[in-house]
Amino acid sequence: MTMADVESVAVVWQLASRVSDLTFEGALAGYVTALACHAVEFASRRAVPSAEVSAAVPANAAAGAVALLTRQGEDPADAGQDEAPGSAARPGWGERFGKAAVLVAGIGFTMNVLSLITRGMAAHRAPWGNMYEIVSLMCAVAAGAWLVAVNRAKVRRIGLFVMFPIAVLSFVAGTVLYTPAGSLVPALQSYWLVVHVLAVAISSGMLMLCGVASAMYIVRTRYDLRRGRGAGARSLLARLPSPDVLDRIAYRTAIVAFPLFTFAVVAGALWAEAAWGRYWGWDPKETTALITWILYAGYLHARATSGWRGSRAAWISILGFASIMFNLFVVNMVVSGLHSYAGLN
Amino acid sequence: MPPRDSITARNDEDLLQNHPSPGKSRGPLAVGVAMLRNLWRRLTSMRTALVLLFLLALASLPGALLPQWSTGRAKTAQYILDHPTIGPWLNRLGLFNVFSAPWFAAVYLLLFISLIGCLTPRSWELLRQIRTGPPATAPRNLSRLPHHATVTITGDAAETARHVRDRLRQSGVGGWRTATRTEPDGAVVVAAEKGYLRDVGNLVFHFSLVGLLLSVAVGGMFGYEGTVLVTEGDGFCASSPIAYDDFRPGPLVNATTMTPFCVDVDAFHAAYTPQGQATTFRADIRFQDGADLGTDTWQRRALQVNDPLRFSGDRLYLLGHGYTPTFRITYPDGQVRTYAQPFAPEDSMFTSQGAIKVTDPPGYSGDDLRQNQLAIVGIFAPTAVVTGGIMSSGFPSPLDPGVAVDVYRGDLGMGSGIPQSVFAIDTAQVANGSLVKKAHANLSPGQSITLGDGTKITFTGVKQFVSLQTSYDPAQDWALISVILLIAGLMGSLLIKRRRVWYRIRSDSTAAGRAGALAVEVGGLARTDQAGYGREFASLVGLACSHKTYAAGDSPARAGKGA
Ligand code: HEM
Repeated sequence: MTMADVESVAVVWQLASRVSDLTFEGALAGYVTALACHAVEFASRRAVPSAEVSAAVPANAAAGAVALLTRQGEDPADAGQDEAPGSAARPGWGERFGKAAVLVAGIGFTMNVLSLITRGMAAHRAPWGNMYEIVSLMCAVAAGAWLVAVNRAKVRRIGLFVMFPIAVLSFVAGTVLYTPAGSLVPALQSYWLVVHVLAVAISSGMLMLCGVASAMYIVRTRYDLRRGRGAGARSLLARLPSPDVLDRIAYRTAIVAFPLFTFAVVAGALWAEAAWGRYWGWDPKETTALITWILYAGYLHARATSGWRGSRAAWISILGFASIMFNLFVVNMVVSGLHSYAGLN
Repeated sequence: MPPRDSITARNDEDLLQNHPSPGKSRGPLAVGVAMLRNLWRRLTSMRTALVLLFLLALASLPGALLPQWSTGRAKTAQYILDHPTIGPWLNRLGLFNVFSAPWFAAVYLLLFISLIGCLTPRSWELLRQIRTGPPATAPRNLSRLPHHATVTITGDAAETARHVRDRLRQSGVGGWRTATRTEPDGAVVVAAEKGYLRDVGNLVFHFSLVGLLLSVAVGGMFGYEGTVLVTEGDGFCASSPIAYDDFRPGPLVNATTMTPFCVDVDAFHAAYTPQGQATTFRADIRFQDGADLGTDTWQRRALQVNDPLRFSGDRLYLLGHGYTPTFRITYPDGQVRTYAQPFAPEDSMFTSQGAIKVTDPPGYSGDDLRQNQLAIVGIFAPTAVVTGGIMSSGFPSPLDPGVAVDVYRGDLGMGSGIPQSVFAIDTAQVANGSLVKKAHANLSPGQSITLGDGTKITFTGVKQFVSLQTSYDPAQDWALISVILLIAGLMGSLLIKRRRVWYRIRSDSTAAGRAGALAVEVGGLARTDQAGYGREFASLVGLACSHKTYAAGDSPARAGKGA
């Protein structure tokens, strides 16, 4: 290689690193915009008259009101549909914002993926070697899983709550955790890094969706209870998808993510065997991963145990995600162990 | 068997708890047995398993939050010092030793007893189910099932049943198992079930958990780890625990079970980015084992992080590295001796701390010897930077090595029987005046200090040391096999769907006057995840409908056979 070649390679790397930073900012902007649009959509549903109010409206009023009237007492969400049938004819501005939110989230996701790819080119390795990159990858996975879920099941209504952790995490990644593209210390130069961390990030990203669905499940069932007692009829919460739909999203993501997370822990153990001489050594990171694993096993058991289905199971899934976050942030940055790859010091 | 059972027996709770119920009038012995049985039933119920799982998570928590003796001795001791009130209590409760505490063992042993107690009957039950296929009974009221449909077709009930059964059996791998029965009122029932592999997967998963636990236990009993610091040009022979600086054996390890081998470290190489971040580490070693021992036959190998040397059961790892400053001491009587001692790295730039202890300076004997021991204590920096009189390192490579050392003379206190750190002197000896500081100096290679009695200490240079670890775990292959089965079983258990479907075919009394009218009632039950059965169920219903055409005589081949 001539000197000129070396220089042009360096220029390409710098360019890639620059593009990566810019696209990451784009992704963040996309997620935040999607969050805002979902918020508008969610709030706007209040504008749709609720059953009691519209009862006073003449029968030839807006189609939406009629549709709701005829469905009095039945929750449109229970039909597993996104919109009350009447509103399909003339999309309200709430719905337009909702659709825009998904589109913008899609753009954010694309930018996020681009940012990861260019980061990999800039650093010349798999782009998940430090906390910034790992959280970025997690956000991309969560956004991707959300886009799949929103296309399969009509659950756009929880978009606000899904985009919230994604936006917060990518913000934290871009600010607190950001580290310039660089090489890895020898301890991290292993193909196990590629396998193990990728599996951790993908499963964690999916479990984020699982956790949000579980949290919404709890909110929704609580609301249903209150409404059963005659309160909260006009609450925004009536617009959440039905508990069944939420439970199904949580379960579906869990049964795919849990084996993957199991694999991630096993890959970590195999790496530990190659790096530190033992496959399991009760390092804080390992211990917390085990706790997470047990919690999700508990979640799956709870769903199959009478008396534990429903809210209790949902709480366990939330705890599971909390322990993932704990492992990612607290264990990496506060508790010191062998896993000091945060790249922050 | 009443129809109810055929549905609910699939429910896990029932499966787990369908132990025979104890009789009514009994003596004390029978009562005792009943109580035990009751206890056992409790212990092996899914709810208990769930509670135990949480207890296990909870019990592990202190292991993640508090320092542990097993992984960080110094940190744990420091933590106890820093928390004088609760520290000793936490220690007494075993919270710094969670993973070998009796209460931790109690939780996981109970969990595994529960697991085995729960799995064994399930395994028999599953075997029976696989052997016999689904029971031919159907729930009385199929319309109560989560999925149901009724279609009216024309045809012969028995032939329709046969057709449905054949079609079900053809449909795909791991397909449906069926059973057919004519009910007393003349209706023909086809019962079918698929997805037995789900339960096979589930059992494989749970049993491999047991296998994993056993492998961990065996590894812990018979395995060992030993670490040793070796400076370039030196070596060590691992034939007994004393070859190591630190040796952590399992309870059933003794020297005779160790595999002997020898290792020489020829050189160590490290490369760094301009910011001082390491990019590669490599130790060039030679080793011999087995028949080569004691001969001149050595095998060469580059040992790297993440790439251990595996031989005859043992594994040898490059864990870390650091610097070994070397000194030459010229004694007043003219004797010259050289000393080299690894210094412990303190930061990422390899500012290192250590001590060279001369316990037998020449020219003294008896009690005099004890009073005239020497120690060179202080800092080594590969790239020395002195700020405010304090030396630290500015870069991890030895670009400009330096030492900042204090020289002590007196009694090092080594005879007391209490082991000392190799990196430091016993400061109590300094405090009580037995060890006295004689000089301080910052030295570059080649520079020296001369003490009052003429002893001349020269900093001659530096070598690198590597920290090597030998690990032995006889059961780790078994752990790997367990864990592979575990993941495979888990995927089967979670991703395969277990489903049942029943067809009840009877002549249709409501379609009066239409000869050969059949009402086919179809009921479907998904054992866990209900979602997604909808579309498949529709095609199952379709199986019965598609027969209408044959029954009407459109398919001669079929019609001929069916008659
Ligand atoms: C070491 C502790 C255990 C772990 C990590 C564990 C994990 C799991 C997992 C991940 C599943 C899959 C859940 C699903 O199919 O949706 C499962 C299912 C199951 N486990 Fe466990 N388990 C443990 C202990 C036990 C014990 C002690 C019992 C018995 C009392 C038990 C009984 C069952 C049963 C019956 C199922 C099937 C549930 C179903 O098909 O939905 N497990 N277990």
